[in-house]
Amino acid sequence: MLELKKLTKTYRTGDRALHEVDLIVPNGQVMALIGPSGAGKSTLIRCINRLVEPTSGSVILDGTDITALGSTGLRKMRRKMGMIFQEYALVERLTVMENVLSGRLGYVGFWRSFLRKFPQSDVDEAFRLLDRVGLLAMADKRADELSGGQRQRVGIARALIQNPRLLLVDEPTASLDPKTSRQIMRLICELCAERDLAAVINIHDVALAQMFVERIVGLKAGELAFDGKPTEMGEDVLTRIYGEEDWQATIRKVDEEEVEAEVAAQ
Amino acid sequence: MTTATLEARLGNGWKKPPFIPNPALRWSLFIGGLIYLVLAISSIDVNWTRVAEGLSRGWAFVTAFFNPDFVSRGGDIWDGILESIIITITSTVVGIALSVPIGLGAARNIAPLPVYLVCRAIVALSRALNEIIVAILLVAIFGFGPLAGFLTLSFATIGFMSKLLAEDIEEMSKAQAEAIRATGSSRLQWINYGVQPQVMPRLIGLSMYRLDINFRESAVLGLVGAGGIGATLNTAFDRYEFDTAAAILLIIIVTVMALEYLSGIIRAKVQ
Repeated sequence: MLELKKLTKTYRTGDRALHEVDLIVPNGQVMALIGPSGAGKSTLIRCINRLVEPTSGSVILDGTDITALGSTGLRKMRRKMGMIFQEYALVERLTVMENVLSGRLGYVGFWRSFLRKFPQSDVDEAFRLLDRVGLLAMADKRADELSGGQRQRVGIARALIQNPRLLLVDEPTASLDPKTSRQIMRLICELCAERDLAAVINIHDVALAQMFVERIVGLKAGELAFDGKPTEMGEDVLTRIYGEEDWQATIRKVDEEEVEAEVAAQ
Repeated sequence: MTTATLEARLGNGWKKPPFIPNPALRWSLFIGGLIYLVLAISSIDVNWTRVAEGLSRGWAFVTAFFNPDFVSRGGDIWDGILESIIITITSTVVGIALSVPIGLGAARNIAPLPVYLVCRAIVALSRALNEIIVAILLVAIFGFGPLAGFLTLSFATIGFMSKLLAEDIEEMSKAQAEAIRATGSSRLQWINYGVQPQVMPRLIGLSMYRLDINFRESAVLGLVGAGGIGATLNTAFDRYEFDTAAAILLIIIVTVMALEYLSGIIRAKVQ
């Protein structure tokens, strides 16, 4: 279980990115975090694994207060949190396999990782994950030879090989086409279900979020503005989070798709 | 300017705003520069009779190039070249080995401030001192010979490589490095996986370039007694053996061009 208590981040420039955010994500729950640009979504996700140091408040994962950890403790804790990035953030000049195995860096010593002599169990798991995301044949390709969707699949495999308790997902579909976006979101949600993983997913595409997740949290100017089921998202909620706009199209599109999906399922 | 209405702007031409907005300052800088240029040129004092005499000596030097003598001092030339190559390779290897840690330390985005300042100070010192001056100092300390040349070039390599490597590290993709940090990697693993792959092509390209510079410099350093082919070249000049000097210069030119070609191929391969 992930628990945020009065999490606050004020940047040195004086920008107040987060203000006393309280949030609980139970085990196995996939949660989407929406909000306008600059609302603090990215900051919130990075405060959880302390890529950004919170100013005050605490982050508690499975009973451990992450904000109180020293550097060794933090490294151990980061292993439990897989992160998936906007623009994939693969190390482009490394092979796909090296990128996936880099998810095990927290578990192996320096020389093993330097010589690329990972334990056989890690190598096997890397191949299994690559097979699961459909990229087994690409294992020895360099990461920059892959397409956007393929890269994000490698990013997902890298996060999962950490054997995490929680996935932190930052705009996973921001640079993907609509179809690939859905495939990636579906893959993330399926994998979370398979492994009973909790996930916090930052996402701009409200309709896409409604399609796949069980809970949506809206962030506005660093504070919670909405917390509920995707079905509870109405025009009034979107206006509260983003401001005045004609939301009819955004919501109706989802309804139609849901109906289509239901029809297809029957 | 933004307040002007569309009607006021339509039909009027558009010019790129000048780099220096103040016209008085702009024109005085321009005219000042012109006056300085005229004064500077008029201050050059050429002794034409001296040039007329010197031309024949210059011509002797040039004609020597048409019949370079590789043979009569062949043994000396060979020893000098070999020494230069040894100086070049050893100083490049040692210089690069030292500049990697210093370059890491001199990158503001990965080094803590005290380390950064120390490494930047080393880089600044190495870059501020010209190779010739360092060589004269080291020849005074270690005596004539290749050791002084080797130490000089190692020192110069540190300034060059560390600075450029640090700049490349500072420009690396933050996202890629951040992703490796998020896996719970240690600092060394982070550098090995998140930083090194991003800067490797630059490091290899610069190393090849530095090899080429060090060879050229080793020829110059011999003139102040730091060993290598430069020492042989200096002796040839002292004895007015322009044909031997020409042979040495030709060898240097060919070697530098070969190195240039080789480094071009290697840099194209490593991307």
